[in-house]
Amino acid sequence: MRKPLLKVLLVGGALLGVLAQAQDVKVGVLHSLTGTMAISEITVANATELAVEEINAAGGVLGRKLVVVKEDGASDWPTFAQKAEKLIQQDKVSAVFGAWTSASRKSLLPVFEKYKHLLFYPVQFEGNECSPNIIYSGAQPNQQALPALDWALEKGYKRIFLLGSDYVYPRTANLILKKHITARGATLAGEEYMALGGTEFASIIAKIKAAGPQLIINTLNGDSNVAFFKQYKAAGYDAKRLPVVSFSIAEQEAQAIGTDLLNGQFAAWNYFQSLDNPANKKFVAAYKKKYGAGAVITDPMIHGYINVYLWKAAVEKAKSFDPVAVRKAIVGVSLKDTPMGTVTVEPNGSITQAVYIGESGAGGQFKILWQSKGVVKPEPYDKLAFPGKTCP
Amino acid sequence: MGPVAGTPTPRSPMNPVFVGEQLFNGFSIASILLLAAVGLALSFGLMRVINMAHGEMLMVAGYLTYLSSLWVPGPAYLLLAFPLAFAGTALLGALLEVSMIRRLYGRPLDTLLATWGVSLILQQAGRSLFGPTGVPVTAPAWLSGALQVWGLTIPHTRLFVIAVALAVLGGLAYLLTRTRFGMHVRAVNQGREVAQTLGVNTRQVDLLVFALGSGLAGIAGVALALLSPINPTVGQSYIVNAFLVVILGGIGSIAGTALSAAALGFFTAFTESITSVSLAKVLVLVLVVAFLQFRPRGFISARSRALEEAA
Repeated sequence: MRKPLLKVLLVGGALLGVLAQAQDVKVGVLHSLTGTMAISEITVANATELAVEEINAAGGVLGRKLVVVKEDGASDWPTFAQKAEKLIQQDKVSAVFGAWTSASRKSLLPVFEKYKHLLFYPVQFEGNECSPNIIYSGAQPNQQALPALDWALEKGYKRIFLLGSDYVYPRTANLILKKHITARGATLAGEEYMALGGTEFASIIAKIKAAGPQLIINTLNGDSNVAFFKQYKAAGYDAKRLPVVSFSIAEQEAQAIGTDLLNGQFAAWNYFQSLDNPANKKFVAAYKKKYGAGAVITDPMIHGYINVYLWKAAVEKAKSFDPVAVRKAIVGVSLKDTPMGTVTVEPNGSITQAVYIGESGAGGQFKILWQSKGVVKPEPYDKLAFPGKTCP
Repeated sequence: MGPVAGTPTPRSPMNPVFVGEQLFNGFSIASILLLAAVGLALSFGLMRVINMAHGEMLMVAGYLTYLSSLWVPGPAYLLLAFPLAFAGTALLGALLEVSMIRRLYGRPLDTLLATWGVSLILQQAGRSLFGPTGVPVTAPAWLSGALQVWGLTIPHTRLFVIAVALAVLGGLAYLLTRTRFGMHVRAVNQGREVAQTLGVNTRQVDLLVFALGSGLAGIAGVALALLSPINPTVGQSYIVNAFLVVILGGIGSIAGTALSAAALGFFTAFTESITSVSLAKVLVLVLVVAFLQFRPRGFISARSRALEEAA
């Protein structure tokens, strides 16, 4: 009598275990947790996980709990592709949230197209790419770079110098900007690139001085920014004498560069920590509670955060976790009251979002100076720079 | 807001002001290269130790500068930063020599791997202690302005870095040529066994040279913190240039190191003037490769028994 009972218990327990597992839905988080990109990507992974936690606390998605499978892309582009393959094939995740650099995204693209899976990409980028298997929530060029140019021209800055790091994002963004600078009757004063991580700006600053621009548009990335602003100040420049609009300096970078060097300079983003709305206040408080009071929030973190909610809304609309069904359903999904305002997914897989210009102040925070009239629709292919190219 | 009234009109790229500024920038880049390389010229040039952790000595000095600026508020922090960074990195160098390098003399490939490991450990230590984001250090007020001479802008910080480089070079030249310790160093470099037979404590000389090389990297690190970022990986941006300068200058010659830093500095400023900054980097490396084809031993080839054996 005792043995059969034990068997029943065992089998029953195992069945319950299987059922409980089937209840959970796995999602992948794929960011560089080590290496040179870790500094930026860890915070995005944190924000993504916070969203998953909130969703689980509120009852999950379609009644099922989410389980995060976290993988380290290690700032190495082939590793990203390997880890994505593992997440899709072995872990059978329903969606992957991750990547930062365009190089890692380009390495992931064929993997997601091969398995007809779904990647949510959280960072502003150069456009000129439109995969049906990627949701690009970060700004397209027309949602950050071009509005910043419009703002600058409106303010009367007519001679513009383009300065960037030497890789795909600044090169492509500046290709687009150059077309628009000439098309709008402004002047390109000069264009220079610094090797990624380069720290010697003596010649570039001399060239800027000789070119006599009224404004610099800066797409330098990473530590080069610190060196540039140190040497810029040493050469007697500041925001009053020759302002700089930056596209890759958010609150975290601003803090590292220091108020002393960056005071009064401009940045363009779709989100600033200083945005005054209830959803943002709630998010900032929740993030600080989990990751420490000293944490700062940046634009890519918010995109990582809302990506999970966009996916959740699409799953609920599709009533399915199947990536193909979710991709189909996500078009038209709209979230009101996110920390960055209202966003809607367009058929091209990017989102409509507002654009802000901020002025750098104390503690790495930005004062909002300007915002777009309503939301801006995403355009993956700039009409002037890439005529005739459209999303499939 | 809006553009500043009276914005300077653009001038042709080859106007006298630009040329003058680029000449000064040549000096400035040369001084930075020299500072990054001079410690390596000692440890690699005189002792044949391939010290991959040399860049991290500059990084450590950067963080010590940051700490000084916290402890001594106001412009006087540099007065503390220089001795603190010199002592700190020299001590670190001495520890490294006693615990590791000493056991690896005559095995250059092993020192390469071992010191590379040390550089990773130091980077991670920087990350764990100060966080992955860099720390801000800004030049004190008396260094933050710029001289205006004939329309040329000469930043005080760059003048200061040039002065530090010249002082380090002068001090080192004096030490190596005019003191008893310098004589011992040269003797060990030219013939270790003979020097030993004549009563030179070669172990002690090795230790002191390595500590001095690290300490000079510390002084360089303070000066460069005024112009460059301070973060766990900043050493990596110096190490390649430092080796380039030492090898181009000729292994074992401080004068060669100075000459090669000057040549690279001016050539960099010149190519950056006539082409884009990104292309200039390529041209500089092409020139170095071509030069080493014709003069494999660099500008000044020091003839010594130790070198013959190494070659």
